[in-house]
Amino acid sequence: MASQPMSRKTKNTLELVVMYAVIAVMFVIIIYPLLWALGMSLNPSSNLYGASLIPENWSFVHYEWLFTNPRSNYLTWYKNTLIVSLSVASVGTLLVSFTAYAFSRYRFKGRTYGLYAFLLLQMFPVLMAMVALYILLNTIGLLDSLLGLIIIYIGGNIPMNAFLVKGYFDTLPKELDESAKMDGAGHFRIFFQILLPLAKPILAVVALFNFMNPFMDFILPRIILRSPENYTLALGLFNFVNDQFSNNFTRFAAGAILIAVPIATVYLFLQKYLISGLSAGATKG
Amino acid sequence: MAINNKQTEATTQTKHNPTLAALLSIIPGLGQMYNKRFIKGSVIFVLFAAFMIAMFDFLSSGVTGLVTLGVEERVDDSRVFLSEGILSLIFITFFATFYVLNILDARSDAKKLQMGWKVPGVVEGFRNAWDTGFPYLLVGPGLFLLIFVVLFPLLFMGFLAFTNYSLYNAPPRALLEWVGFKNFIDLFTITELRGTFLNVLSWTLIWTFMATTLSIALAMFLSILVNDPRLKFKRLIRTVFILPWAVPGFVTIIIFTALFNDNFGAINADIIQPLFGTAIPWLTEANWTKVALIMIQVWLGFPFVFALFTGVLQGISSDWYEAADMDGATRWQKFKFITFPHLMFATGPLLITQFTFNFNNFNIIYLFNGGGPPVRGQSAGGTDILISWIYNLTFTNSQYSLAAAISIILGIIVATFAFFQFRRSSSFKEEGQY
Repeated sequence: MASQPMSRKTKNTLELVVMYAVIAVMFVIIIYPLLWALGMSLNPSSNLYGASLIPENWSFVHYEWLFTNPRSNYLTWYKNTLIVSLSVASVGTLLVSFTAYAFSRYRFKGRTYGLYAFLLLQMFPVLMAMVALYILLNTIGLLDSLLGLIIIYIGGNIPMNAFLVKGYFDTLPKELDESAKMDGAGHFRIFFQILLPLAKPILAVVALFNFMNPFMDFILPRIILRSPENYTLALGLFNFVNDQFSNNFTRFAAGAILIAVPIATVYLFLQKYLISGLSAGATKG
Repeated sequence: MAINNKQTEATTQTKHNPTLAALLSIIPGLGQMYNKRFIKGSVIFVLFAAFMIAMFDFLSSGVTGLVTLGVEERVDDSRVFLSEGILSLIFITFFATFYVLNILDARSDAKKLQMGWKVPGVVEGFRNAWDTGFPYLLVGPGLFLLIFVVLFPLLFMGFLAFTNYSLYNAPPRALLEWVGFKNFIDLFTITELRGTFLNVLSWTLIWTFMATTLSIALAMFLSILVNDPRLKFKRLIRTVFILPWAVPGFVTIIIFTALFNDNFGAINADIIQPLFGTAIPWLTEANWTKVALIMIQVWLGFPFVFALFTGVLQGISSDWYEAADMDGATRWQKFKFITFPHLMFATGPLLITQFTFNFNNFNIIYLFNGGGPPVRGQSAGGTDILISWIYNLTFTNSQYSLAAAISIILGIIVATFAFFQFRRSSSFKEEGQY
């Protein structure tokens, strides 16, 4: 009996060792590819043959090329992406909050059908209708333009985000707007001065998602944008590795690190809000 | 007459007749005028008249164009006819809705008048219109965009599935024709096509199931492990575990493509070859590509679920475990009866969305190996899932109608899934009251 506490203690230590070992293995699996990409970006050669994790003569040539070479469009792509992201984040979020407010606070004819339609539409990937989008933009002359891309991002994001925001509005007490109505506040005043400030957290999440998406999506730009000076970052980087004749992985790595680091930082700092936003969207609607 | 008698018996009110108001509204606005709401009536009349005058030509030519899909070869572009036809259908639906609403409105106003209701003054009438119209004003812009960016393309795709749009029969060179269900029938009767379809469908289902279940399982295992009170550096561990979610997916997938490269990728060169003395054909052998894809998706997909689970685990009251300890429960029993039900209950609907996400996870399939390696005699590569096969058919093989037909099948699968998901989700039960 005396050995009982002793063996429990060894068992305890053993368990802890196993746990730390599992975590260590996971750390390696997670961090290795990321570090490898960092190493690649500092590798002065342009191909992968014989590339090692820590390059022997590391340099910033690829970063330099991206910013200074006259043939590099990197800064233009950055500007394009910012234009798209900012417009989608501002206009998209405003439109979504209008829609969500109507669905949350008003009981109007066709509301239930509208909700069902939104639910159904959010299930279909925009990608499914790519031929039609292509032809549509072609007929109205918005192919190969950032405006076309912006419109599709805004429209395609409405159903899902509207549910996210509607779910949040639903949790705000109705007495707030009712008492404001008593005091003679109009529809717009109730919306802009009472509900919108209260819904800031979810609006921030939606705006952030809208802002980030153009940085990460390459497929819609690939269908819509044709000329390199109109590319967004993701598409431009993708073409670094996709182009069969000038496949340049190390250059891609450098460009990718430059967008992955800020995005990852934002995600890590705001993970709590982003994850709660994402989960609210799925459970509430 | 019997109805009229009944009403006069019940309420000895005015002789205002709702049926007459509704009938008059067949010409929009007239019913409202009969209800003595002259401003409303004339506004409605003018709006409808303007719509009719402005749109009649477009609508009638749109509908006939949708039926014929163009008459003269090389002059008429069937795609334009198709899209104008769909737009006409959307406009007509709107028109019909407003038309019916106009009749119903006249009838309900007339009913109220019959009960002795007084027609409101101009100012009040405007206020009422503003109040009832406000939600539509709010929804309007979003709905407009939604119709043109989501609904219209989906309808276009739907109609395309019933035409013969392919590489050999492509506008503007040739005219499209309606072929009924031919594309669907082809999909199930032409042997190679059926084989490809079944291959792709079965891999899509296996892929969805494996990639999602494994990420959830790994996330569950790790979240429970990290939640152990004896463990230190929890914050650091959780931050690293969330990292794959934070880095943009397309970047990591491309990195993995390089790492898995058959000849010079680090996985073959540094791990497999030293250990087993042979290289694994990750990108040239379909089954190995599938294994690699599932592993990468688990890497990409587990962190989000891990974060969700961690949140739930921290919220489970320790009373549960203490009570279980008192009863002498084993660790497995505690997991089975306390932890697992808590996790599933709190995150169930979210986990379902993970399945739908992977079902349509185009990015990883396309970026990792382009759906390849290619398979002889079929238009889909060895690892293509439905959505990436549709992409290939459209943008590489120009088999537009076939791609559209497969899209419809994919849409039906997704919609069925969605239907069951939302039938079960609690919020819609609450919504039912309205």
